[in-house]
Amino acid sequence: MSNKIEKWLKTNTFHHGEFWDLRKLIELKEKKGLKISLCIPTLNEEKTIGKEIVILKSELMERYPLIDEFAVIDSGSDDKTLEVAAAFGADTYSASDILPEEGPKRGKGENLWKAIYQLKGDIIVYVDADIKNIHPRFVTGIVAPLINNDTIKYCKAFYDRPMAYSSGVRPSGGGRVTEILIRPLFSLFFPELTSLMQPLSGEFAVRREVLERIPFPIGYGVETAHILDVYKQWGLDAFAQCDLDQRIHRNQTTNALGKMSFGILQTFINRLKSYDMVDRLPELATLYRQFQAEGNRYEQVTREIVEDERPPMITIPAYREKYGIK
Amino acid sequence: MPNNSQTILNSIPEHREKLSSLREILLANALMIGELPAPTFEEEERITFMSNRFTEEGLQNISIDEAGNGMAILPGTKGVNNILVCAHADTVFTSKTDHAMSVGPNHIHGPGIGDNSLGLASIVTLPEILKRLDISFEDNLILLGCSRSLGHGDLGGIRFFLENNKLPIRAGVCVEGIQLGRLSYTSVGMLRGEIIVNVPSQYDWTKFGAAGAVVLLTKVVQRIMEIPLPLEPPTRILFGSLNAGTSFGTEPTTANLRFEIRSEKVGMAAEMRQKIEDIIDEIANGSNTEISLSVIAQRTPAGLNYSHPMVRTMRNILKQVNVKPHAEPSVGELSELIHKKIPAITLGLTRGLDKNEFKESIEIQPVFAGVAQLVALLQSIDGGFCDE
Repeated sequence: MSNKIEKWLKTNTFHHGEFWDLRKLIELKEKKGLKISLCIPTLNEEKTIGKEIVILKSELMERYPLIDEFAVIDSGSDDKTLEVAAAFGADTYSASDILPEEGPKRGKGENLWKAIYQLKGDIIVYVDADIKNIHPRFVTGIVAPLINNDTIKYCKAFYDRPMAYSSGVRPSGGGRVTEILIRPLFSLFFPELTSLMQPLSGEFAVRREVLERIPFPIGYGVETAHILDVYKQWGLDAFAQCDLDQRIHRNQTTNALGKMSFGILQTFINRLKSYDMVDRLPELATLYRQFQAEGNRYEQVTREIVEDERPPMITIPAYREKYGIK
Repeated sequence: MPNNSQTILNSIPEHREKLSSLREILLANALMIGELPAPTFEEEERITFMSNRFTEEGLQNISIDEAGNGMAILPGTKGVNNILVCAHADTVFTSKTDHAMSVGPNHIHGPGIGDNSLGLASIVTLPEILKRLDISFEDNLILLGCSRSLGHGDLGGIRFFLENNKLPIRAGVCVEGIQLGRLSYTSVGMLRGEIIVNVPSQYDWTKFGAAGAVVLLTKVVQRIMEIPLPLEPPTRILFGSLNAGTSFGTEPTTANLRFEIRSEKVGMAAEMRQKIEDIIDEIANGSNTEISLSVIAQRTPAGLNYSHPMVRTMRNILKQVNVKPHAEPSVGELSELIHKKIPAITLGLTRGLDKNEFKESIEIQPVFAGVAQLVALLQSIDGGFCDE
């Protein structure tokens, strides 16, 4: 197991700096006849959407034609999100107007799902709308592995979260929900998936052939469901991940993370049910898997955590004797 | 190449229209530059960004000099003369300031977006702008991002460039993001100084009239304000910042004041300096404290005449874009160009608010008129219509 993870980390984990040569990337994309669509799902993002569109459109459509189509799919914002997006030339859609015969549902997953119908690309790149430090790397870093390698089907972004560290080695990993909920669950049930640094990141690029064959929870669980379903159907080698350095975004409250975790847990347990794992739980792993980074090299750190138990004190003979319990 | 200045003026409306197709590229450059912190002496990231862009555009002589200026040459068809187009790269904001920009349908907000991310972006985008407008020049364009311009930088970047540059420069254009209509063709006489009050440790706080650094500095400010200033030629004293103390109830022992004297009268700044030195000597001696004046920067007034062909051309260009010229003497890069006898002006690209505050903003739509005027001025210089 550890060997497989180490090998995957070496071959399928990238840093966006590896893809600086956009001309080369575009050449390969054109040679392979690939079309790439960029989708930004939104709900009340008027403060950040304008900058995302200006920068990504300028850099990845006008200067370097990597992206063929750029769309904003909105869940019903009541601010000026769509007005701002349209002002800078993005194609804007209300999720409810796409496939109306399927009925309306409201959630980020709904926008991602409807993008598959609306957009024409062979690869769809999803980028969240709340990134304060938007930069072309947020797209190039996750789409390049799919252009370069035909076996990779799903590429996730991860970010180096700056922490104070005194030596060259630093802890690395996801956000709070990833570290507290997802990583322990994956360590227990799907240890190979712990290789993904940030399974919940909102930036990912996927081939259409995968997107059209997996279900989409419409709420908090969409990213978790994707990871599990793609893993189940295509295995770890279908994944890649790319380090995009820092991502600055609004920080969520613990309350909001609690709600998110509740949604994710529902999705996770539903997946266990559908994989027929609930009644046949695998032997629970005792290795907890985290990461540390040195420069751009990542390695897994495993810790044996055995939850040993003591019996009720009343069953201990010495205790019974001391307190005269017959 | 247009053979008369009227042809250039007539092409401005068409250029303005065409330039709107470059909106995302120009604004993206302004946003990406704006999000790189660049306090004076720490402009490296912005200059590197510029250099990378120059490389992508295939410009020549791309370099970063010892003073941290970034330059490149867009070669002209003849290349006999050189026109310098420059913008300062530094800002008044520290690197800890949140430099995130936000974009609305009509405005961009963010620290330094007008002063001077947009100015710098226009220079970075200029090769692409000229390509789209199908304009080529006979002269070379030297594109320069200047380091060390503001405050203590004291125009160190442009001064280093002009002292070490070997290329003959026919004319200079300094580009500022704001305000559209700005027409600076003179450099104002200026003295930038810092007054530091220091209450010595052996100071007798029990003595009648004993006062802390805040009180003493306030006295200095009051006395400076009593100095009579001539209305013509215009002279002003600007008190830029005042720092002292840390709490409510403790008298501080140090305080400092940063100020600028600006005057269009030759010798006025030096005269004022003498008067300020007399004031601080008097207050220091009367209070047994130490008060000193450090001069951070000094310039003498000079410039082009109102009737200089370059100024006249620029007035006509502004008329063509329906913007009223706002003559404003400069304390920026223009001063050094004028000092080197290079005919030069400073112009602004768009309207903006709250310059040098965190909520600084620019209007997007006027940018196209602003860039069209820059192109028209460069065409006029290249065509020889700005020569005396």
